[in-house]
Amino acid sequence: MIDTIDHQLIEVMQNGLPLVSRPYASIAQALDLSETEVISRLSQLKQRGLIKRLGVVVNHRRLGYRANAMVVFDIPDAKVKQMGKQISQFNFVNLCYLRPRHPDVWSYNLYCMIHGKTRDKVLQQLEQLIKACALSPFDYEVLFSRQCFKQRGASYFSQKNVKAEFEL
Amino acid sequence: MDAIDKRIINQLQGGFPICESPYQLIASKLGLTETNLIERIKLLLESGLISRFAPLYHAEKMGGALTLAAIKAPEETFDTLAKIINSFPEVAHNYQRNHVLNMWFVIASDHPERVAKVIQAIEEQTGLVVYNMPKINEYFVGLKLEA
Repeated sequence: MIDTIDHQLIEVMQNGLPLVSRPYASIAQALDLSETEVISRLSQLKQRGLIKRLGVVVNHRRLGYRANAMVVFDIPDAKVKQMGKQISQFNFVNLCYLRPRHPDVWSYNLYCMIHGKTRDKVLQQLEQLIKACALSPFDYEVLFSRQCFKQRGASYFSQKNVKAEFEL
Repeated sequence: MDAIDKRIINQLQGGFPICESPYQLIASKLGLTETNLIERIKLLLESGLISRFAPLYHAEKMGGALTLAAIKAPEETFDTLAKIINSFPEVAHNYQRNHVLNMWFVIASDHPERVAKVIQAIEEQTGLVVYNMPKINEYFVGLKLEA
């Protein structure tokens, strides 16, 4: 698992990457470690998948992406893995998850998020996706977001005193 | 935001290197100087176009848990229901969507057992069924929006 030093590293990294020529040396200094150790620990955390992604997160709205659709498909279980992989190849598909159905209420199992500058653009891309992946035999629905009530990225690891940001 | 800023954003959404001089590496790819790149990232952060420049962690692997859940909220009590649900600190996102299941929210906690407890508490406080849609499999996480 992750040790105390990893936890400290995770916590310090939450503040953002230092904007200096040797950012990992700067983090190392704060934690009384060597730059080499910081680089090696971060590489391992990334390799093990604890760090999903290291990079920038943009403000969707500021970049002009105002339409956000959750598209859900009902794909037969035997085909869903292959379809999920195929769908996720498209650049405009931002997330692609398999989730459970709820009998009589919700028959969809494959979810993908498409962000676009307009609803029309999102729908055009969906049409392209359906054609390219031969999805037309399957039921689907497009759930546009109408209002966002609450949005935060962070969850606080109170017990371990480590803040970590999740992709949701 | 000019053409260079766009290229920086597009490049950095793809990832940031873990090596001694990561800015230098990215700068040379983009044909910039290291100082210029750092200065531009600073401005993009200040202006809010970049909202974060830090790692995204894997909730479950970090010992936490999260799920997506939905309810059928009647129009007349929609706002009250949103208030109740958003009052839980574990509720991270909450979107109104155009469907019979019209309120969709994410519950995240560092204590995995809290997720089920929050769902139960929401059901008790709202009198509605909460449909839990936990992730079974993930095919892609690479949120990348072209600038």
